[in-house]
Order: sequence, then C-alpha cells, then structure tokens
Amino acid sequence: MMNSEARVADPKDWIKGATGDWEIVIGMEVHAQVLSKSKLFSGASAEFGGEPNDHVSFVDAAMPGMLPVINEYCVAQAVRTGVGLKAKINRRSVFDRKNYFYPDLPQGYQISQYKQPIVGEGTVTIDLEGGRQVDVGIERLHLEQDAGKSLHDQHPDMSFVDLNRSGVALMEIVSKPDMRSADEAKAYVSKLRQIMRYLGTCDGNMEQGSLRADINVSVRRPGAGFGTRCEIKNVNSIRFMGQAIEYEARRQIDVLEEGGTIDQETRLFDARKGETRSMRSKEEAHDYRYFPDPDLLPLDLEESWIAEIERDIPELPDAKKARLMQAYGLSAYDAGVLVAERASAEFFESVARGRDGKLAANWLINELFGRLNKEGKAIEESPVSAGQLGEIIDLIQAGTISGKMGKDVFEIVWAEGGSPAAVVEARGMKQMTDTGAIEAAVDAIIAANPDKVAQVKAKPTMLGWFVGQVMKSTGGKANPQSVNDILKIKLGI
Amino acid sequence: MSKLTSLTIAEARTSLKERKFSSLELTEAYLAAMEQARILNAYIVETPGRAREMAKASDARLAKGEGGALEGIPLGIKDLFATKGVHTQAASHILDGFEPPYESTVTANLWREGAVMLGKLNMDEFAMGSSNETSYYGNVINPWRRRNSNAALVPGGSSGGSAAAVAAHLCAGATATDTGGSIRQPAAFTGTVGIKPTYGRCSRWGIVAFASSLDQAGPIARDVRDCAIMLKAMASHDPKDTTSVDVPVPDYEAMLGRPIKGMRVGIPREYRVDNMPADIDALWVKGAQWLKEQGAEIVEISLPHTKYALPAYYIVAPAEASSNLARYDGVRYGLRVKGDDIVSMYENTRAAGFGREVQRRVLIGTYVLSAGYYDAYYVRAQKVRTLIKRDFDEAWNRVDVVLTPATPSAAFAPGEITDPVQMYLNDVFTVTVNMAGLPGISVPAGLDPAGLPLSLQLIGKPFGEVTLFQVGHAIEEAAGRFEAPVWW
Repeated sequence: MMNSEARVADPKDWIKGATGDWEIVIGMEVHAQVLSKSKLFSGASAEFGGEPNDHVSFVDAAMPGMLPVINEYCVAQAVRTGVGLKAKINRRSVFDRKNYFYPDLPQGYQISQYKQPIVGEGTVTIDLEGGRQVDVGIERLHLEQDAGKSLHDQHPDMSFVDLNRSGVALMEIVSKPDMRSADEAKAYVSKLRQIMRYLGTCDGNMEQGSLRADINVSVRRPGAGFGTRCEIKNVNSIRFMGQAIEYEARRQIDVLEEGGTIDQETRLFDARKGETRSMRSKEEAHDYRYFPDPDLLPLDLEESWIAEIERDIPELPDAKKARLMQAYGLSAYDAGVLVAERASAEFFESVARGRDGKLAANWLINELFGRLNKEGKAIEESPVSAGQLGEIIDLIQAGTISGKMGKDVFEIVWAEGGSPAAVVEARGMKQMTDTGAIEAAVDAIIAANPDKVAQVKAKPTMLGWFVGQVMKSTGGKANPQSVNDILKIKLGI
Repeated sequence: MSKLTSLTIAEARTSLKERKFSSLELTEAYLAAMEQARILNAYIVETPGRAREMAKASDARLAKGEGGALEGIPLGIKDLFATKGVHTQAASHILDGFEPPYESTVTANLWREGAVMLGKLNMDEFAMGSSNETSYYGNVINPWRRRNSNAALVPGGSSGGSAAAVAAHLCAGATATDTGGSIRQPAAFTGTVGIKPTYGRCSRWGIVAFASSLDQAGPIARDVRDCAIMLKAMASHDPKDTTSVDVPVPDYEAMLGRPIKGMRVGIPREYRVDNMPADIDALWVKGAQWLKEQGAEIVEISLPHTKYALPAYYIVAPAEASSNLARYDGVRYGLRVKGDDIVSMYENTRAAGFGREVQRRVLIGTYVLSAGYYDAYYVRAQKVRTLIKRDFDEAWNRVDVVLTPATPSAAFAPGEITDPVQMYLNDVFTVTVNMAGLPGISVPAGLDPAGLPLSLQLIGKPFGEVTLFQVGHAIEEAAGRFEAPVWW
C-alpha cells in the first residue's frame, strides 16, 4: 500500500488555477446501513418506512433501565464487509458512547466504536475510465447506531420525533485520503456499494438513505503536503458527491489564490444551488466525551467464527470479472457491465453455461438490459428467464431461427411467456433450411426483375436488395446465409 | 396483628406454609405498620391494592400446596426498580409521573417466587447519596436514635428507605442497589443485613442506571438467612443484560451454620484509616476474635491501592452517571419545563428536574470525560481500578474472605455533613468492593456507646456469596441481633 500523501493525481485531473495547477485530495466516511431484520442493540424491526414510531422498542426510546444487547447478525455483516474490503478483522473491538444532546438521539449518546473498531485497514480497487485502476486504502470500519429523525413540519410551533431509525445498525467505512478527483470519489462509492450488495450487507439504496457519505476535501499543489480539509456532511447521491467535491475544490482554490487560508470546518451541500456552505467551525465542534460503554462488554470474536464467515463469502466483483473474461472470452468492458450487479452476473452465467459466452453477453447487454432499463425493471424481475433466453440462443445457434427472428421470439416471450421453441413452432417461425425451397424463391425474384439482374453484375453491392426481396417473399424464414450463397451462384457474382 | 410483622422471612415462610395465618393477614399487618410509620418517610408510594391482590393470589397457591420460595412474603421495592404501571422515579423530580410499561428482571424474579409488593421505597435521588437527604421526596428518618435523644438520624444511603423499612418492620425484606456502598452502609446504620453480590449476579435490566459498571442489586433484610433467601430469588442470568453472568445460583441458605473452621480471614491493614473511631476499631478486632474462636485463621493482608479507591470511584461513577442521565431531557417522558427552543427546554428541564447532588455529579462526570481531561482522570481511574482488582486477586491466594468495618462511623444527624467530600468518605470501606466487582455483605456486630448499631463487612471472591453468608452467619451468631426500639 502506498503512502496516502505521496499519491499524485493523474495530470488530466489537475485543476487549472490562476496561479498554477492544483490537485484535489479526498477522503470519505461512508455510512452504510447494515442489511438486517432488526436493529443493532434491540429486537425492533429495522425495516424502512412504516408510520412514525412504529418500529421502536423500549431500548430504542431509551426508557429508564433499558440495556443494549448486541445483534450477532449485524456483527457478522460487519465482518463480512470487512472481508470484502480485504481488511483486517479485529478479534477484539469495543463499543463507546459518543455523548451529545439532540432530540432524535434518545439516549443522549450514540453507541459507536471509537478507539477499537471491528475492522481495520483494507483496500478497495476502483475502476476508472480507460481501464485505469486505483487502490483506495480503507482506514477502518466500525459499527454504530443510527439516530431518529426530527419532523419540523407537523405542528406550528413544535417539532416531532420519529424513532423508527433510532438504533438501526450502520457501518461507518473510513477511507484513507487516497482519492484525487470527483470521478475517483464517485467510482469509490460505486465500488463500495457494489461490493456490499454482492455481500448482501447493505442494500445500497441511496434514496432511502441506506448509503450516505461525509466527504473530506482539501486541495494542494500537485505532490505537495496535505492542505487543510473541509468536511462535507451527509451527501446521499453519487451525482451530488461529484458536484459537491468539484464545487468545494474550486472554492478552496479561489480562497487560496486570493491569499486566504482554509478554515477546518464542517460544510453542507445544497443540492438545489449546487454549492457547499459552512455549518460549523472547528471551534464549535462538539466534545463528544467518548468513553467505553459500560453496558456492553468488549466484543470478542472467535477465530473459527470469522473463518466460517470468510468461507461463505461469495465471489466478489473483481474476481468475477476476471473469471468471466477468462472463461467466456469476454472483453473487459462487457465483463464489467455484467458484474455490476451480482444478479446480472449470475443471470449471465446461467445463460452462458455450455453456450457461446460472447453471444450470451451480447444478448444480455444489448437486448435484455436495454429492455429492462426501458421498463425500469431489475434483473430479478425480468419476464424472460435465463432458461428462456438460453433456449432462444440455442434456436439461433441450431439455425432453427435467424438472429433477427430471435429478437421477435424474445419480444413474444417477454410479453406472453412460454417456451421459445413452442413459440417458434406454433407461429411457424422456423427458418427455411430446405435449399430447394430457397432456390425456388431466388429463381422467382431473378425472373421477375431482369433489370436489377443486369445492374447487380455491374454493382455487386446490390446483392443486398436481392437478399431483402427473398427474405420478404419467404416471410423472413429463409436462412440469410443460404440466401446469400444461392444468390451469388445464380447471379454469377 | 403487629406481632406478625416481627417475623423474619424464614419464620413467616414456615407459618404461611403451615397456614397458621394467611399472606393477606400478614400483608394487612404490614400495611397497618406502614401507615403508622409514615413519619419515617421510608415509602414514597404505598401500593395496598396491589399488595392485597398479590397476597390473595399467594394464599390461593398456598392453599393448593403450591408456591415459590417467597410465597406470600411482603416486600418493599426501592424506587430505582422499574415496576410495571407503578411509580418508578429514582426519587427524582425529573421522572415526574413516570410509570414504566415494563417490570425489572429482579422484581419479576421476586414476583415469580410469590413475593408481595407493598410499595416503592425512598432513596437518594438516582442513588446518589450516603444519607438519604437527596431524595426529591424528602429525607428518610432512621428508626434508630441515640440513647436518651429524640433527635432524628439519617438511615444512610442511597438505599435509606429500604434499610429503614426493614429495620422498622415495614416490610419483611427490601430490594436495594449498591454502586459504592448503597446497600451495605444503610444496612450498617440501621442494624440490618445487606449484601451487594458480585457484579453480574443480578440483572440490571429495568433498574434505573446510575453507574453501569458498578451498579448491582441486592437485598436488605433482618438477618443473614433472610438475605440468603432473597438473593437466591433475585439473582439470575439475564440475556437482556449482557453484563449479567451465566453462573448457576447456589442454594445460599443451605450453607448457613456450616462450621468456618479452617477458613482464612484476611484483615487488610490499609483499612485502618485516620481518625477511625475507637469503637469501630474495637468492633473490628472483636469480629476477628469471634471468627478465630470458631476456628478461622486470621491473616493480616495488604491491599495497597485501597487509598486510591475512593478518589477513583468519584471519577468513574460520575463519568458514567453523566452519560446515563443524559436521557432525561424532557423529550419523551417525565418532567418537561418549556423553553424558547430545544436547548432552553433541556436546560430548564434538567435544572428543575435534578437536585443539587445529581447536578454536581453530572458536572464532575462531564468534566472528567472532556477532551484534555479524559486521560488524566478517567483513564487513570480505570488503571487504579485494575490495580485494586489485582490487590484482591493476590489476596485470594492467601485468604478466603476479607473482614473490614462497614462504615467509618455510626448514623449521623440530617444536615450534620454538608461538605460533599466529607459525605463521600462514608463509602471509604465499601467502594473498593464495587470497583473490584466483588461481593460484600454488611452484618450488624454491636452497638456504639450511644446505642447505635455498627456493622462489619465481609468481602468475598467473585461469586463467593456462599462464603459471605456462611461467615456472616457466624458473626451474627456471635454478635446477636439488634432491633430499634419503636418510638414512632
């Protein structure tokens, strides 16, 4: 792992200022909601939505005398994520209290992990345009509770509090300051999201707030020491992250070029105006008075328990991509598209197994994904199953239908379902492979168009016109290759 | 009827089984006694309706020859324990009107064994105090008075209501909690027996938290046997409290009366503090003598970090308390004093809701956890705690139990101690036990020249309650029992 400070941005990512070039340095704290039925320290449901305060236990509401009990499944999810980030799993970690007053924080403290997190250093490899890859260091991952939500629009002079989210498990994933452009930051969050979705540890649903980030941004002359950073709080879309970083970097460069200095502070991103603005300065920062939570014993993990989790880790995107390229002869681009979601890759493999991988990839990327996108459906909701798509490809490969006909079959199966072979049979879509019948059709076209026959001798590219006519007269069922071959012989070209 | 209230739990248990009287009769006797003794202010809330209902249910079970270990026995419950649908306010104004929709594990265990609830007992606010003078509901008066004096005395604290109620026979036994001495010191001031079990022996679930790493529930009762009976019922492993320990609860009562011959009893030289009253020192010597006479071996030991225990305790306990009490913010339950905005609402509520001692400790706790002070105070106090534990670990190589005085003085008068630090010194013999997570029992051993009870403390190995009961019983046999003359 290289030293974070030493990494210099690709010169194309440098920002031109009035006084010379600058580069951006970015570190991120991503808050990922643990995919779990119940909360981190209570049995209450962690489900999204519901009426306000539907999913609140006595523990979540911090009733007197209530005690937290760690949810083992959430711990396993954090370990799983740690393994996915190629990170060190700490056999012993400690829960601390982060003390501050806020109406949506019922205990008056958040249970978090401060000095001894459950996961230590790791690495995420991000993929950039042009196939470039960059390793982003992970500093740590720790478990903590989410807070509730204040509702300010329910009453003329009161605020209401909804504790449904109070106590939901979050993983805070802290990167090293290894990113050097908004694109790298976006690629990093996308990659994290992809890995966690593969692992089933976070659904990555950004609209529901399952994944959000605090972004630390500073600027410096390329290769110089780190500058003073500002933290942009709680950005919840990848697009906004890019905008926030670019705006903030520009702002800091302007300040520095005008002879000013950057104040370390917390800033908010206003998505409507596309700008960041100051929230609180370092001096106003809270003193959280962290100390080990005496209600919870240190979390000691058995080596065998960790090993069991490691054993059950699914193949992750990078490995899967490499394997698909190797096993199916796919391009890096195609493989990358297919592994974006674990479900797509699995769909691909059930189609491609025992078939032409490239053909299968083309069908998925060009036909299936396009169709799913158009209708806003996820791969899991595809009306055409992997089995059905495989069958269509088999029919094409066997010459039973043409590729073009295959697309029609796909549309019919999409809309009506059923076995592709049966559809082809029932609708008489079978390709004409009987050369005698094709010859007859060719003969008829040649006889009917003596002028064109004369022209084609001079301009062989007119062959296409003859092919089209024959296809038309056979209702598209003639094998295009046979039509071509027979025409060439008959026309003597 | 008044005679019924003079029975110990063990005696009443036998008579109830033999149907000599009913639980309802016993309960009525206590309710009448409580009514007569309101001047002691031991109860914050009396629950006669519930008591009678529970007693009747017990009688029905007893009639069928059924029933638990405490079937039909009327108990008082410290206000720190959550009791479903009943006033639970830790004797604080900030929990104004709070009635929890849940029952603490310890009280649920007692009800499962058939005990009857008489009401909620007064205490120092949030269990912070050594004299029961910090309760929002007023001082508790000790049933004991100095000879030839009508002046009121404090019952000790924080479980002052529990101790006073047991001493004045206003319940057969009481629940209590101990963070730095809150069971053992009031028991000592009232001539009753109180045991703080090993940390993790009783579930903390449903007990309003003061200092989570130190808080432990235990009983105060009239004698060692009653304490043994009660602790057996209170203790359990509770999955809802991850600091509770999964160790079987032994039959403590079965150990009583077993000879202590060959038992090694440690006398820690560091407990001989400056200005210790001569009668306390004499009592300590006498206690050792009794045990020696019964065949125990007396061993002088050293617990070198003892002198740091009290200062370290007054860092750790307030630090945890400052965080534990943050939830009382006026947002969800209890008192709310309005303000112009959320911050002023917090300030107004907490200023009105917390008494002076609680505010003092929240401030101390906030200070010692603050950036720049954390290492100097909190971290260092935790190190001291480790050293105190190590002192005891080493002592256990040489002795089976440690004998010390329970308190540095007998009960004092309300208002007599106004300097908080002077007040904190009341816990000088008891806090080390909490810091080390060990069990400790306070057993009455004699009277001072003014006729006030004094107690000795026995400290045991982790989960060594059995030994404490066994040796405590031996002291009790030698010392006899002490009862406050009725004046109320």
